[in-house]
Amino acid sequence: MSALMVDAQRVHKNFGTNEVLKGIDFEVASGQVVCLLGPSGSGKSTFLRCINHLEKIDAGRLYVDGELVGYRQDGDKLYELREKDVATKRTEIGMVFQHFNLFPHMTALGNIVEAPIRVKGEGKAEVHERAHELLAKVGLADRAKAYPRQLSGGQQQRVAIARALAMRPKLMLFDEPTSALDPELVGDVLAVMRDLARSGMTMIVVTHEIGFAREVADTVVFMDAGVVVESGPPQEVIANPQHQRTKTFLSQVL
Amino acid sequence: MASDLDTARERPETIRAVPVRHPWRWVALAVIAIFVAMFVHLLVANPNFDWPTVRKYLFDPLILRGVWMTIKLTLLSMAIGIIIGIVVAVMRLSSNPIVAGVAWLYVWFFRGTPLLVQITFWFAISALIKTISIGVPFGPSFWSKPTNSLITLFVTALLALSLNEGAYMSEIVRAGILAVDEGQTEAAHALGMTRLQTMRRIVLPQAMRVIVPPTGNEVNNMLKNTALVSTIGMFELLRSAEAIFNANYKTIPLLIDAIFWYLLMTSAWQVLQFYIERYYGRGSTRATSLTPIQKAKLMFAGMQHHGGIS
Repeated sequence: MSALMVDAQRVHKNFGTNEVLKGIDFEVASGQVVCLLGPSGSGKSTFLRCINHLEKIDAGRLYVDGELVGYRQDGDKLYELREKDVATKRTEIGMVFQHFNLFPHMTALGNIVEAPIRVKGEGKAEVHERAHELLAKVGLADRAKAYPRQLSGGQQQRVAIARALAMRPKLMLFDEPTSALDPELVGDVLAVMRDLARSGMTMIVVTHEIGFAREVADTVVFMDAGVVVESGPPQEVIANPQHQRTKTFLSQVL
Repeated sequence: MASDLDTARERPETIRAVPVRHPWRWVALAVIAIFVAMFVHLLVANPNFDWPTVRKYLFDPLILRGVWMTIKLTLLSMAIGIIIGIVVAVMRLSSNPIVAGVAWLYVWFFRGTPLLVQITFWFAISALIKTISIGVPFGPSFWSKPTNSLITLFVTALLALSLNEGAYMSEIVRAGILAVDEGQTEAAHALGMTRLQTMRRIVLPQAMRVIVPPTGNEVNNMLKNTALVSTIGMFELLRSAEAIFNANYKTIPLLIDAIFWYLLMTSAWQVLQFYIERYYGRGSTRATSLTPIQKAKLMFAGMQHHGGIS
């Protein structure tokens, strides 16, 4: 079990009476890259948000690195975690959003150093040094002092990736990281993600970039209407889908 | 070839058209000029304005002290009101229903009753609570003093104005907080920030842009609302003027003095407010608004070209 970074067992989630996740079983081993594909409204983003407890699950069990997400189990009973403990666990999971969500009142550098200093209490000098390294890694060494509004979408998303990495997470979640970008800016962001995958980071990527999934993913999971329809290596799921729904979806996006 | 398109052809002649005439502007100007003349005549010809008296008391020490008290009350009660406003707004948005309920009740009470009633009520508080003491609730007290000696007239005025202001400010701050995109909170939470850290470091700084302009209006209102505490005998500007005209019956001249000072203060604030808003708007708009001096320069330059009204 300990080799599993994420282990979801029959996870259900409903918003009011609308059930969006209907029993998701899902495993990600340490160091693996998993791409979540599926039509919009299929529950992929919701599931991703459950993994770092931005959404509460209603049934089933969800473990990250062997620990229950959002709860503490004592015998048969589940206890809700305190806000502080939830926050501490989130520091180990990086998240990248579709709309970047950079803090507009801080520079690129300010965005990156904020959490390591304020949340983890790390030393300023050390964090700044790391932030500059990360900016160089995402190809933005010269934009440290730029405000988000002065950066292109692709640059903003790369800063957002650097911001998440600055916390030294053991798992990275990407929620449609290139969906809000102009087509010519997608490549730079995907290149950064590809490098990250090669460095051995465990990644779960919700995406519509089939090419990226085919090339980088160890496992591709196809979701529709709140269930996992099929999953497996990309050469199987993308090249030779077994289910009709997968076939239909792929024929529409390819 | 694309380059042939432009270089081969000459730019056509710049358009010089006869501008549209505006005869009604001249009519409006004439009508307004008549009214202005009538008003000036009234000011000069009516002896009851008593301009010498107006001038005599304009810088009277009692009036100046009143002006200073008005400024002091405005600044202090705004400062306290803003702090209360932030706390109450954050409480109102809390997930704890009791905390949110208390905040709601606070706003409900202080916005739902007239400020004048609240001022009078705080003034009469010693009739309700004779002594203030610190100790075990319903048990023995360790320290106690008569209410009147603790809550002076100034404290009463400050208490009334700032508690009332806090209710209005909380609504302004709440609107500012709600205007910040939810993605900001999510991103902060995903980085492991607690709700309080998120509020202080991420949400409130961004809410400022929305909070600052209406807060400026609140300061303007407060400058004028301080006149209400004259009813409990606080010597601010209006009460000072009253004290003088109660003695010499020169009501109109002294009210004109008060009006002069109120206008001076609100005008000065208006100028200050413009620059503060400009400062906080800096990050969010591409072009900053022009200062009045820049505008005047532009207008002057424009006049030379177009000859003003035509």
